[in-house]
Amino acid sequence: MVVDQTSAAVVDRIFHALADSTRRDILAVAAGDGYSVSALAKRYPMSFAAVQKHVAVLEGAGLVTKEQRGRERLVRTDVETIERARELLDGIEELWRARVDRIDNLLATEKRTTGGKR
Amino acid sequence: MSVTNVEKDVEALTMTVTAELDATVERAWQLWADPRQFERWWGPPGYPVTVVDHDLRTGGRITFFMTGDEGERHDSAWAVIAADPPHHLELRDADVDDDGRPNDGNAMTAMIITFAEGDGGGAVMAVRTHFDSQAGMEQVLAMGIEEGMRMVVDQIDAVLVGTPA
Repeated sequence: MVVDQTSAAVVDRIFHALADSTRRDILAVAAGDGYSVSALAKRYPMSFAAVQKHVAVLEGAGLVTKEQRGRERLVRTDVETIERARELLDGIEELWRARVDRIDNLLATEKRTTGGKR
Repeated sequence: MSVTNVEKDVEALTMTVTAELDATVERAWQLWADPRQFERWWGPPGYPVTVVDHDLRTGGRITFFMTGDEGERHDSAWAVIAADPPHHLELRDADVDDDGRPNDGNAMTAMIITFAEGDGGGAVMAVRTHFDSQAGMEQVLAMGIEEGMRMVVDQIDAVLVGTPA
C-alpha cells in the first residue's frame, strides 16, 4: 500500500479544516505575505477568540504556519498542503479517466459484435 | 471519444468529469442501469465487481463488492436519491458508521450523473462527485495508483497480443 495510516489522518484534518468558509477565506488572504491574527479578527464578524480557534484548526492541519513578528503573530498559508489536497483529486481524476476508457471499450466491442447497431 | 472536461474544486471537494460517449443517451443510461454492464467498467482490472442488490429507482438501493487480488473484499452501498431515466441519477453513500461517515472504504459521499445529447449525436455523461471531508480519500487514491500501473501493463499486453479488428 502506497499510503499509510498517518497520512490518512492528516488528510482527514486537511479536509475538515477546508470544510469551513471562514477558514477558506483565511487561507486566501494569508497566502503570500501573511496576515496577523489581530488583522484577521477585524476582518470577520466574530470574536478574537473565535478567529484564533479557526487559525488553530488550520495550523493543526498544516495549512498555515504561525510566527512571532515583533508584537504580532503572523499567519501564513502553507501552499504545499493545499497542493496535497489537489494531488488527491488528481488521483481520483485518473480513476474516472480509466473508467471512461473501459466504457469506451465496452461500447466499441458491442458495436463490433452487433454490426454497428446500438 | 472520451473525457472532454474535468473540473476540480479543491476547497469544495467536488469534481466533475464530463465524457462524450459513442452511444445514445438511452444506451449510456444502461451503463448504470444494467448491473452486468456496470460490473464491467466500475472497477479497475484485477478487481472484479459483483453487484448484489440493484434497485435503480428513487428510494432504491445498490450494493456491490470488489474483490482484490489477494481475495480481500471491499463492500459498497449506495442509496438512490433520484433516478429519472435516462437523464438524471443521484447516488449517495448509504453505508455509514455511527458518526455518519462512510465506512465502506469508498470516499465518495454523493454522485450526480447527468446524460444529455451531444452535438455529435453521442451522449454527454457528466459525473459530479462530492467527497466527504472525513472520508478515506487516501484509500481510493491508493487503488487509483494501482489501477494506473495495471493500465500500463494492459496496454503492453494489448500491443503484444495485437488488438482484433
